[in-house]
Amino acid sequence: MLLRTKLFGKTYDFPDLRVLMGKANGEKSGDRLAGLAADNAAERAAARLVLAEVPLWALRDNPAVPYEQDEVTRVIHDALNETVYAEIKAWTVSELREWLLDDRHDGSAIARCANGLTAEMIAAVTKIMSNMDLAYAASKIRVQRHSANTIGLDRRLSGRLQPNHPTDSPEGIRAEIYEGLAYGCGDAVIGINPSDDSYASVARLLDMSYGVVKTWEIPAQTCVLAHVTTQMRCLQSGSPVGLVFQSICGSQKGNDSFGISVGMLDEAYQLARKHCYPAGPHYMYFETGQGSALSANAHNGWDQLTLEARNYGLARRYSPFIVNTVVGFIGPEYLYDTEQIHRAGLEDHFMGKLTGISMGCDVCYTNHARTDQDSSENLAVILAAAGCNFFMGVPMADDSMLSYQSTSFHDIATLRHMLHLRPAPEFEVWLESLGLMRDGRLTDLAGDPSFFLSR
Amino acid sequence: MEKDRLEAVIQAVVRELQAAAAVAAPAAVAAPSPAAVARKQRPAPGAEDDLRIDLADPTLPAARSRSGIPHPVDAEGLVALMECTSSRIGVGRAGPCLRTGALHLFLSDLAVTKDALARDVDPQLLAELGLFPVRTRVEGGKEEYLIRPDLGRQLSQEARTLISERCSKGPDVQICVGDGLSAQAVETNLRKILPVLQAGCTTAGLKMGTPFFIQYCRVGVMNDIGDLLQPKVLILLIGERPGLGRADSMSAYMAYRPKAGDTDAERDVICNIFDGGGVNPLEAGAYALRLAQKMLAKQTSGVKLKLMEA
Ligand code: B12
Repeated sequence: MLLRTKLFGKTYDFPDLRVLMGKANGEKSGDRLAGLAADNAAERAAARLVLAEVPLWALRDNPAVPYEQDEVTRVIHDALNETVYAEIKAWTVSELREWLLDDRHDGSAIARCANGLTAEMIAAVTKIMSNMDLAYAASKIRVQRHSANTIGLDRRLSGRLQPNHPTDSPEGIRAEIYEGLAYGCGDAVIGINPSDDSYASVARLLDMSYGVVKTWEIPAQTCVLAHVTTQMRCLQSGSPVGLVFQSICGSQKGNDSFGISVGMLDEAYQLARKHCYPAGPHYMYFETGQGSALSANAHNGWDQLTLEARNYGLARRYSPFIVNTVVGFIGPEYLYDTEQIHRAGLEDHFMGKLTGISMGCDVCYTNHARTDQDSSENLAVILAAAGCNFFMGVPMADDSMLSYQSTSFHDIATLRHMLHLRPAPEFEVWLESLGLMRDGRLTDLAGDPSFFLSR
Repeated sequence: MEKDRLEAVIQAVVRELQAAAAVAAPAAVAAPSPAAVARKQRPAPGAEDDLRIDLADPTLPAARSRSGIPHPVDAEGLVALMECTSSRIGVGRAGPCLRTGALHLFLSDLAVTKDALARDVDPQLLAELGLFPVRTRVEGGKEEYLIRPDLGRQLSQEARTLISERCSKGPDVQICVGDGLSAQAVETNLRKILPVLQAGCTTAGLKMGTPFFIQYCRVGVMNDIGDLLQPKVLILLIGERPGLGRADSMSAYMAYRPKAGDTDAERDVICNIFDGGGVNPLEAGAYALRLAQKMLAKQTSGVKLKLMEA
């Protein structure tokens, strides 16, 4: 394989696709940690020049982990539509980029094309797109899913209500749910991250949150984001579950370190379809984020963007109701500062949409990263313009259990007001019936959690 | 477009603009009257002596727990709701955005959060509790610690030597302490949780290893410790990443016979250990002991232990 270019008179030679893919990435501390980043901006530019000319078939033939060794690779390759692939395999990455941006190709044309793409192709085209390209191309793609309500419709923005508490106090969590609902948040899911992963505690939270949904007849789904094995036990014991959650990784070895496998997820998916209470047919929820594979030393020498694209390929197998990248969640070792977090957020959102999954984003940061809340607000505006399906709603963005800052109930309401976006239609009708929203805007009654004390 | 249709469109737009102007006009008149301004006691221009801004500390508990909703449906109920969580609820809104006070309290908390990251664990505390310090392979200080988690998961050569010399091998329970992402978390909780664990082990008749402290520590270092000391159960007390305005939260990561190659799937964690709102450190110590005994009985930990219970 010869992968070479001249740039300003200097020759740049890349030994293989693995190295080329790493060096073509935007600057990320995680790629530097893995020894995969370009040495300097000129080498990055050269890598992008070469990558743009790589034909798609070469990327299919060189997955990040070989087909025989890795079940994530097998899931993605086995699901490929060979007819579509045959039509596009000779395209270069550059041709794919321009095809996606071309105004003659709308969301449904792109969805068909995506059936012939592997994660490595999606990662490659992402690497040669600018931030605006990523936002614009994503805005062309709508992915709609249905559980208790509908997510992903045009000009709609949903919110995941994230009412976490350091000791999983049901009363504390209920109070936060009321606050979120009062701001019109919760249509994506009312999703609690547990501090205690034990069966008894998780079952208690499932009961409590379902109780709120029943009492107020809310067209929304609930979820406790425990380890999937705990949720499966809850499903089998008759607990009310709206969506089944799991964090996933882009390689089999990475998933091993999370204590999961494709077989286990298949089983969870079957159980979800059998026992979850919403109408469906979409019952799964996944979270991802660049760096998790490297963190488990499960990246097989490939860059974090490519591993992230593989997450989406795996998620697609289960037609999830929602998926989100938690883009600044782990810390500065993978995404160092504002620029890196913003770039990764736009990349992940685009890749998820292109893969055909219902993509949201936890726009967030930890306190050891070089960024701040204003920067998060900026990224949320760009992603909302790009048609992101949902954001997180955390009380004033401060999650006191997970110790990081995300987006707030206020942020989601503000984005809706500013960009004329509305909640999921069923949820909007519900908010209107309570008098909390009119014509897509919060009313004077909204923003007061004590409103929900009356039933 | 045909010419007359274009004409019609233009006329419609003009009509719309005129209508909008007609509505906008009275609004302009509604600007505050001079009397209204006077009532708010704005100082007259030029009277600098009358301008006195002397604020109370908004970070005091009483100020923090004040609601930002002027007319709640249920005022007493609102207070009760706010009391059951440390999350920032009942804060009210300005349009869909935050009220000024809430925004500034958030930004003030964010400012001190960054300070907490630079600290190291007080060596006196370690001496007092009989913990000798060792290090991971991080040599370039906190900044290197943050961007090189791989080094934070490996003991330095000196650490290996020292641990081999000073620690008993093959205990039932080995306790270690790591700074992790918050030295403050270790300082505020260790005095409470360590004695509970030690006393508990003695009562339960479990053979305890020699405890020690690891600077620049990541959870993955448990494998190295396991290889060196072969404990049946290893408990690593470690500082969690700091949250907004709070850096006291500690975790206890635990594993049965940890060894090279083990992952988080083989581990368990008890988290959010802190006084006043989190898992109380005394309780956490008792919980960790019960978990250790379960690991000893089932001879496994992590997801496998979970599956055995199902
Ligand atoms: C960061 C984080 C993650 C990151 C870790 C990535 C990384 N490389 O750092 C990611 C997103 C991958 C993650 C995943 C999961 N996490 Co987590 N995580 C956290 C968080 C927010 C902070 C941890 C921290 O400060 N660590 C301290 C530093 C110094 O450690 P470190 O060496 O840098 O990082 C290691 C640990 O963080 C560890 N870790 C992180 N989560 C978990 C969970 C378990 C069960 C174990 C054993 C280890 C572990 O993985 C890192 C690499 O070894 C805590 C919340 C908290 N308040 O502590 C939850 C928390 C520990 N996670 C939790 C859970 C449930 C999970 C998942 C099981 C969720 C799921 N359903 O898939 C998964 C899978 C975990 C696994 N077995 O691998 C629960 C644990 C509940 C319990 N008592 O068992 C917590 C308490 C809260 C929560 N609900 O998220 N997590």
